[in-house]
Amino acid sequence: MNFFFCLIAVGGVAVFVVLRLWLVVGFRRKGLKTVSVRVLVVAGSGGHTTEILRLLGSLSKDYNPRHYVFADTDKMSAVKIRLFEEKRAERDSESLYTTHRVPRSREVQQSWSSSVFTTLYAVCYSLPLTFRLKPDLVLCNGPGTCVPICASALLLGILGIKKVIIVYVESICRVETLSLSGKILYHFSDYFIVQWPALKGKYPKSVYLGRIV
Amino acid sequence: MSGPSRASREAVAMKSVFVTVGTTSFDELVACVSSRATLQNSELGSTEMYSTSHMGSTAILRRLGYRKLVLQIGKGRVVPDSFASTTFSLIVYRYKNSLKEDIKRADLIISHAGAGSCLEALEEGKPLVVVVNEKLMDNHQLELARQLHKEGYLFYCSCSTLLELLRSVDLSSLRRFPPGKPEMFSEFLDKVVGFEK
Repeated sequence: MNFFFCLIAVGGVAVFVVLRLWLVVGFRRKGLKTVSVRVLVVAGSGGHTTEILRLLGSLSKDYNPRHYVFADTDKMSAVKIRLFEEKRAERDSESLYTTHRVPRSREVQQSWSSSVFTTLYAVCYSLPLTFRLKPDLVLCNGPGTCVPICASALLLGILGIKKVIIVYVESICRVETLSLSGKILYHFSDYFIVQWPALKGKYPKSVYLGRIV
Repeated sequence: MSGPSRASREAVAMKSVFVTVGTTSFDELVACVSSRATLQNSELGSTEMYSTSHMGSTAILRRLGYRKLVLQIGKGRVVPDSFASTTFSLIVYRYKNSLKEDIKRADLIISHAGAGSCLEALEEGKPLVVVVNEKLMDNHQLELARQLHKEGYLFYCSCSTLLELLRSVDLSSLRRFPPGKPEMFSEFLDKVVGFEK
């Protein structure tokens, strides 16, 4: 009997989560912002960071503050971000940013089986971070680090704490196929942007704005 | 005043090549453009002595009029020694915060297929040869280099064909790369978050 109740309880929670997930992913919030937008930027390694900084460079000063997350093994990103933000601060004195390191969920060429564990480890770091920062917008472009961050952002919505807009921009590198992160986040992001027409053809839900980096 | 003007005159006179492997390593490329035999050849100061089949890249670069080779080698284990002779100089380093200056100064960029390096070189309007790392499996970076090659913005080869390509290529046949449009992204995002213009 006890077992039966447990089953109902678990089932109930599952239904709730699925329903919330559907509501959070399915309905986009529109036209609410009049003040600044807190942005959580998932910077990756090397090229990913360069690309996302190009995108950030085009954004107005209303996207403030910017919280950067990057893998702890990544030395270049920290420097690139600092240089970018220093330049930005020269133009706008109210410009704010913070940086946060998380364990890398998947190194290049790491095997699939071991990346499951490292990803779980990364989730443990990403969850409290995302809950603390409570961003309005998560902006990412495909490093492994962005999956646990986006999952955490999604959870904020599922729990009804905050609806976070997740914008995924597939890297310019991806001409015909999506990255692993892209394949996952195609289903869970609010806006999924691709930069080559062939991908727009394959993934109809995606947004194609031309080459934006 | 005489300092900078002299420096710039030298820069004009010294055509240079910049080789970049980004944040990873690409030993095969570094070895290819700076093989020991090649460097010894150039130390002797005469390229004409060597038959084409023995000619290393440095000798080829010299024949093409380049007098300086800058190598950014990342995590690589192949670390050639920097040197400077009257006829040729080689500068080797692992990382710099920004490669922009080296890209700007170069007359030819030889790069791994990384998107960042490719785009940076193309945006500076520099002739670009992308060398594919055949040892990297599932190398998605190739997609971009191949596409940009298809559209005529860069040359594309492997380590084994690099020297041949350098010898035969006409750099002026490349198309000029148009700049990307990040403003399209900001307009889109403004609409998404509800900023009205």
